[in-house]
Amino acid sequence: MKHLLSAAELSRDDATAILDDADRFGQALLGREVKKLPTLRGRTVITMFYENSTRTRVSFEVAGKWMSADVINVSASGSSVAKGESLRDTALTLRAAGADALIIRHPASGAAAQLAAWTAEPGGAGPAVINAGDGTHEHPTQALLDALTIRQRLGGIEGRRVVIVGDVLHSRVARSNVALLSTLGAEVVLVAPPTLLPVGVRQWPVTVSHDLDAELPAADAVMMLRVQAERMNGGFFPSAREYSIGYGLSADRQAMLGEDAVVLHPGPMLRGMEIAHSVADSPRAAVLQQVTNGVHVRMAVLFHLLVGADQEANI
Amino acid sequence: MSQPVNPVLIRGVRRYGAGEQVDVLVDDGQIAAIGAELSAPAGAEVIEAAGQVLLPGFVDLHTHLREPGREDTETIATGSAAAALGGYTAVFAMANTDPVADSPVVTEHVWARGQQVGLVDVHPVGAVTVGLAGKQLTEMGLMARGAGRVRMFSDDGKCVHDPLVMRRALEYATGLGVLIAQHAEEPRLTEGAVAHEGPTAARLGLAGWPRAAEESIVARDALLARDAGARVHICHASTAGTVEILKWAKAQGISITAEVTPHHLLLDDSRLEGYDGVNRVNPPLREVSDTLALRAALADGVIDAVATDHAPHAAQEKCCEFSQARPGMLGLQTALSVVAETMVAPGLLDWRGVAKAMSENPAAIAGLPDQGRPLEVGEPANLTVVDPDARWTVRGPELVSKSENTPYEAMTLPATVTATLLRGVITARDGRIVGPAAGAE
Repeated sequence: MKHLLSAAELSRDDATAILDDADRFGQALLGREVKKLPTLRGRTVITMFYENSTRTRVSFEVAGKWMSADVINVSASGSSVAKGESLRDTALTLRAAGADALIIRHPASGAAAQLAAWTAEPGGAGPAVINAGDGTHEHPTQALLDALTIRQRLGGIEGRRVVIVGDVLHSRVARSNVALLSTLGAEVVLVAPPTLLPVGVRQWPVTVSHDLDAELPAADAVMMLRVQAERMNGGFFPSAREYSIGYGLSADRQAMLGEDAVVLHPGPMLRGMEIAHSVADSPRAAVLQQVTNGVHVRMAVLFHLLVGADQEANI
Repeated sequence: MSQPVNPVLIRGVRRYGAGEQVDVLVDDGQIAAIGAELSAPAGAEVIEAAGQVLLPGFVDLHTHLREPGREDTETIATGSAAAALGGYTAVFAMANTDPVADSPVVTEHVWARGQQVGLVDVHPVGAVTVGLAGKQLTEMGLMARGAGRVRMFSDDGKCVHDPLVMRRALEYATGLGVLIAQHAEEPRLTEGAVAHEGPTAARLGLAGWPRAAEESIVARDALLARDAGARVHICHASTAGTVEILKWAKAQGISITAEVTPHHLLLDDSRLEGYDGVNRVNPPLREVSDTLALRAALADGVIDAVATDHAPHAAQEKCCEFSQARPGMLGLQTALSVVAETMVAPGLLDWRGVAKAMSENPAAIAGLPDQGRPLEVGEPANLTVVDPDARWTVRGPELVSKSENTPYEAMTLPATVTATLLRGVITARDGRIVGPAAGAE
């Protein structure tokens, strides 16, 4: 693997190998006082965040630092981007400055793929590019950490029924999860009002429903998607109240879930609307486990891209 | 301009690609003789074109030559050269320049500059509304009566979306005998849209431009034209549904015509996979089912004409995030080859049909009396000679447009223009500009 641009391009073997290594990194760090592995010593990892982010940026930075990489953060507001520099020029500049990996979060769909194309050098050289969320396209490391969490909670992914609820239309998390979970053999159900489903969703490897209550009893995992505030007034649905009644994960709805079912949310959560306060803090919610797994998954991704899956991790 | 011009003898062509090979003698701006084994008069230029196809010079209802305003991407001179090399003898230059062609000052500049360059007649298109703002009608009468003789008006790039403004424009145009050409795009349905709304855009996370945004305006304008007794022309039809509406409207006797672009005949949204900005265009590349419906409609005459929507953009406007890329692509030098590939090769159109779609129909739609004429003695010598058997590979930097990016890069396509004649003067020959181009600085 040279880049991680989308979950759709991950083979089952690659994805499983990343998840296995993420677990191994997690085990290796367990109980350590000094969380520092030498794996990426001397490697330069640059994060390029063109959108606000807390957990993803921090997670990548922590992952890189725990592996002893030199991690440098570039944000749109504090860089030449604010002076009008194009994405391509910024990318070429960072390549010339010696980046081994570029991690990009960008509001434009396809930005990561374009970055990889622009920075590619003859013979396959050039920095590894990791998509940390591009527009409404994909967020592959989020899908990997979700898959890891589901695997840890349920003991596997194959044959498990995962219900994804909310703004699928604008969600890169949903796209990456649909791709990865179906590659890993899960049954995926999308639940959303019709206005928040993309045209063409019927061709995805999913079943589509508008009735959350009907889907909950058979669900092994429920993944709640964030509904962005600007959508609420964009005419996609009548009101936050009606959305919450139709598609929010209330305490009553939680009670409809099977005993072992797990609740996921990529964060940041809108408590009360997407997910009830009590549900978010309940033991079946895996929200913080997702964050922890996020670091381990990103360590595994950096390892696979910069060291290579065939090398034994130097843990 | 009117210095004596040498006669031209075109040897061995088949008119409309059919019948016997004949020699065609062009003199004094007209077709002077047609026959077997004509002898070349003194001083005549001879074009050896045995077995090649003679067509009336092409007429493009839809180009963006970017002058005034964006001379870094194209000028009337470079756009005229591209047109001549593409086999065109007349092109219409859209009004979305800077300043907008919404007054006689601009339209007369465009016409005069085109004549000065002298490679192709550059007919200015006037804006329908002041500043393309969709509010106030422009002084269409002054532009129509001015030296630019504006005969087509369009806010192309933007839709005249306000139904009342469109109604008044159609009504007013009937009094002047001019044509309104509509860029059919309901703007509320395309807010933020960058790609055809369908499975590909859904997967790639690109905001979708639904077919209904085009079709609803086509249907509305057909009804408005019906009630106003006006003519309306639909720019760049891109969907199967638009074809159905056109069919219906024509069956009602509504004066509606439509064009299709070469790129909508050839390319579809599977091109978006790599997010390359060269594939961004308005209306967007649609699905294979649409391209097939458009080809059938052009073959059946439901769609009247091929128009390039030649829209040059600077490299930095294409080599960027897909959603930031400017919509539009080069078209003048590749149009014939794309039509040959999509229409002639599969047998949907013969060369007679190509003459209709690329010359006669657009000339009639726009009201150009000297273009799209029969290939007969005494007719004006606006002619294009095509080698139907040649193949060539598109290389953006080799195109004469100032912009070099093209979605056809590295594609090998059939048919080349071997000569273009404007009023009896060779403007392009074997891929090179001839004669008055020297005047194009």
